[in-house]
Amino acid sequence: MSTATTTHTGGASGRRPRLTPGRTALLVVALLLVAAWLLPLVWAVATSLKPEGETTKTPLEWIGSKITFEAYAKVWESGDLLQWTVNSLFVSVITTLLTVVLCAMAAYGFIRTDFRGRRLLYGLVLAGIMVPPQVLIAPLFTEMVQLGLVDTYWGVILPQVAAPAMVFILVKFFDGVPRELEEAAFVDGAGRWRVFWTIVMPLSRPVLAAVAIFTFISTWNNFLWPFLVTTDPNGMTLPVGLVNVQSSFGVRYAQIMASLVIAGLPLLVVFMLFQRQIVRGIAHTGLAGQ
Amino acid sequence: MTTLSPTSAPAPRAGRATPASGTRTTGRARRSWTEHGLVFVAPFLVVYALFLIWPLVSGLGMSFTDVDITGVGGEFVGLDNYAEAFGDPAVWASLWNTVWFTLLSTVPLVVVGLVLALLANELRVVQWLWRIGWFAPFLLPSGVVCMLFLYMIYPSGFGLADQLLASVGLEPGIGWLTDERYAMLSIVVTTVWWTVGFNFLLYLSALQAIPPHLYEAAELDGASAWRRLWHITLPLLNRTTGLLLVLQVLASLKIFDQVYLLTGGGPDDSTRPILQYVYQQGFTGYRIGYASAVSYIFFALILLVSLVQPVLARRRRAEEAAK
Repeated sequence: MSTATTTHTGGASGRRPRLTPGRTALLVVALLLVAAWLLPLVWAVATSLKPEGETTKTPLEWIGSKITFEAYAKVWESGDLLQWTVNSLFVSVITTLLTVVLCAMAAYGFIRTDFRGRRLLYGLVLAGIMVPPQVLIAPLFTEMVQLGLVDTYWGVILPQVAAPAMVFILVKFFDGVPRELEEAAFVDGAGRWRVFWTIVMPLSRPVLAAVAIFTFISTWNNFLWPFLVTTDPNGMTLPVGLVNVQSSFGVRYAQIMASLVIAGLPLLVVFMLFQRQIVRGIAHTGLAGQ
Repeated sequence: MTTLSPTSAPAPRAGRATPASGTRTTGRARRSWTEHGLVFVAPFLVVYALFLIWPLVSGLGMSFTDVDITGVGGEFVGLDNYAEAFGDPAVWASLWNTVWFTLLSTVPLVVVGLVLALLANELRVVQWLWRIGWFAPFLLPSGVVCMLFLYMIYPSGFGLADQLLASVGLEPGIGWLTDERYAMLSIVVTTVWWTVGFNFLLYLSALQAIPPHLYEAAELDGASAWRRLWHITLPLLNRTTGLLLVLQVLASLKIFDQVYLLTGGGPDDSTRPILQYVYQQGFTGYRIGYASAVSYIFFALILLVSLVQPVLARRRRAEEAAK
């Protein structure tokens, strides 16, 4: 299931292709397609920078009579957006940390230790990959009511930590780590925990990063579960709060677009900064991780 | 923590002839209970049992009761919920909407993803631009994407879509989300714009893993770019395509966000997917028992699709072995 992700430079340096007519045509097609994909984003930013009175003008003007950050100031002053961003950040960071640590420990336990019932338990974890979390919303919510976790961070976080696919990805990776390094440390008297934290984990940095990136993106963007388990506006994550508040904006399109830009921007900025790593992470976990 | 200095004795590594396959190392360190493999596995298993296994089991149990959202009480009703679900036209209609969305969205998502990846791989310049342009939308929350498209296509007359149509002389004022003929299509277009970048990335990384020497021979033989695409590239992508198709079908079947946020299931429930029906029954109608039963019918559909993949893979292996 894993994909080869070794060559990501695209070999551009090797033989930079000449600009033949055919290639020029392809380039034009590609640029048009990129423009089509960026159009909605550009429109959102353009609208958010207009004075509120000019957003519904026809025919369309991309730039208003002046460029103003008024809408951003208004949206930010309302305060909710900041609270939701903090909530989203907290939920995503904790979910990611827990997922990486718990899944890595479990994967190591399954592939490098032996205990009664190991195969059975691992089989049970693998079978879980086939269970889409969406199928569980009704009983899971009832469980949250009983545990008193509705409208709490843990209610949002814990169900997203139980990610059997990530255990599977890590098991496959650990299986490929040469045992000699660990054996040597054992002989030197190191315990299993020391070996795990000081040898196995550092060696696995790329795959751990991949799992972390994938988990962070899907938690940050998750809608259905946080939407169900939070009713208090103060505890909402960004995607949920945003949807919840739309009605209160009425027809103030500049403010709506400003709030969308604020909500969408953090991950886009992170992506610009860490393009290579994120692309590699998605490619690595993508096929096994859905 | 280590008390023994490694210099006190020559490393006895060579003495250990077999690197104990079970990895139960019989070193000097006395093994305490913390070394037991179960301790590594336990934390994950606790979370997994509480938030995946238990709801899976209790959901099945609840599907045989008329329990409400608090989860307490509820009479055992046997197969009543299932009988009701199979006779409920809304279940069939929303199942069909789900399948219809899946059919409409899967092919464009895979094909457009492939075309974009082929373009990016062939051009090999400004890779960052292709990645940002086509993949960045995937990083936006569904709420942002749907609100954006909602205000692009919904307000008749001055939305971006209508304005663009008007600028090329077409009649604006189409009910993109309120007309049954266009609502599902609008949801599909939104979804393609949003998530095709994922398939694009996976195809691109598969393309970049193809060893260049496979093309060099073909180039020497004077094979055209078109022939190289058909006879080398696409066959090598078969495995990726197969996997992506199954993953895409599974992802599309789970549609909820886009419909809920764009049309709310309308007009006239014509776009309502099965998950939204589960949500309405369980969370606004408080019928958790019935919602669980409908969930399990949906789950059965998902399992059926998941099982197609290993079967296809086995057949392909058999075909390859037969060659």
